[in-house]
Amino acid sequence: MQRSGVLYTIGFAALICVVCSIMVAASAVSLKNKQTENRLLYRQKNVLIACGLIEPKQSVPASEIQRLFKQNIRPRVINLKTGEYDDSIRPETYDQRREREDPGQSQEAPDNPAQIKRIPNHALVYEYVKDDQFRMVALPVEGKGLWSTMYGFLALDKDTNTIRGITYYDQAETPGLGGEVENPRWTALWKGRKAFDQAGQPAIQVIKGAAGSPEQDPHKVDGLSGATITSKGVTYMMKFWLGENGFEPYLEKLRQNRSA
Amino acid sequence: MAGFWGKKEKQTLFEPVFRNNPIGVQVLGICSALAVTTQMNTALVMCVALTTVTGLSNVSVSFVRNGTPSAIRIIVQLSIIASLVIMVDQILKAYLFEISLRLSVFVGLIITNCIVMGRAEGYAMQNGPILSFLDGIGNGLGYSAVLMTTAVIREFFGSGKLFGYSLLRLDTEGGWYIGNGLMVIAPGALFIIACFIWVLRAWLPQLQEKE
Repeated sequence: MQRSGVLYTIGFAALICVVCSIMVAASAVSLKNKQTENRLLYRQKNVLIACGLIEPKQSVPASEIQRLFKQNIRPRVINLKTGEYDDSIRPETYDQRREREDPGQSQEAPDNPAQIKRIPNHALVYEYVKDDQFRMVALPVEGKGLWSTMYGFLALDKDTNTIRGITYYDQAETPGLGGEVENPRWTALWKGRKAFDQAGQPAIQVIKGAAGSPEQDPHKVDGLSGATITSKGVTYMMKFWLGENGFEPYLEKLRQNRSA
Repeated sequence: MAGFWGKKEKQTLFEPVFRNNPIGVQVLGICSALAVTTQMNTALVMCVALTTVTGLSNVSVSFVRNGTPSAIRIIVQLSIIASLVIMVDQILKAYLFEISLRLSVFVGLIITNCIVMGRAEGYAMQNGPILSFLDGIGNGLGYSAVLMTTAVIREFFGSGKLFGYSLLRLDTEGGWYIGNGLMVIAPGALFIIACFIWVLRAWLPQLQEKE
């Protein structure tokens, strides 16, 4: 058969396609478990960092992360609108990003500066419980920075107001400028500040320049120098997720349960 | 080994590292060189990924070169390269997860990296698998040489670190060193690579075009 014949060309192309797709499929399928495990472990690690159970940048073996997580953290799926727990969805299988993209499971967000387009019906929160005592809760937050959507966890104390920790685990801001949202020195500044003002409105914000101690400036955090848009993005996302379209109903429920 | 390892093989492997460097001389693959060189860790992983892909794609393209109909040769090369890149990306996600988060988009872009395509079309289509493999690895190393040099300079002056290990303590971390902002952003890499090309051409005057 001729090398330039039409049939030969089609046959050759088909053969290459089959071989390539088998290789791609084989690698994707055989590594899938390991990847899922990595992704889960990475989330767990960041929840632990937000709750202050491990230090950021500390290298912790996988088994230790799993042990700490299992002992201390209770993942719960909540209904964002009502703030109630929804135990019909298993936290292990719940994927907030997937639900957000599913028109049947999410709603369009009102216009907001955090540029959040859709709100999922549910959310996965992580409650830190020790000796049957509710300690704090890590809330997933997300919003636009300069280049990327930044994903993080904000840990609130049982009073639902004091910030106990924050971590960003997925972002693609400029390294060294906006990328400093991951810097432990900066995230440490959040600890002890208050998320809400006297009236119960979300008040925490990243300002330009330096803020004082948590006692002096309970609602302000130092700005990231050279990263105004990223800093604003952080403020906007906090406002959104602490507000009525975010976790307010859930936090309200927590407050009621505590006073009951 | 003697039969496999002659002067020609050696030349094929080492020529592209300096004398015929893909970035410095052919000015290919600049985009990723700008993007991943703020830190040595990511640069190193990118280098290994690209070298692997170039080596393996050259072998594969060379194996099928005599059977490839010339009408569809580019798309055949592209399919092979794309498959290899997806596999590398999958492996990174499985074994180097946190680095893969930072690299993923650039690893995907290896598919369109001019070095890989250029070597497949320009070398592997005319030469045997062993020589092609060496050529691929050589060009990968040439790319790596530039990337790592750039990354050393950028990470050291930009954030006072090497491989994430703090050498000059930054003012943002309680030290005295104020990071050089230019090194952190992409244009910084452009200057460094330009200097690299300058040095290379001054050192090897035969690279300079005749007026």
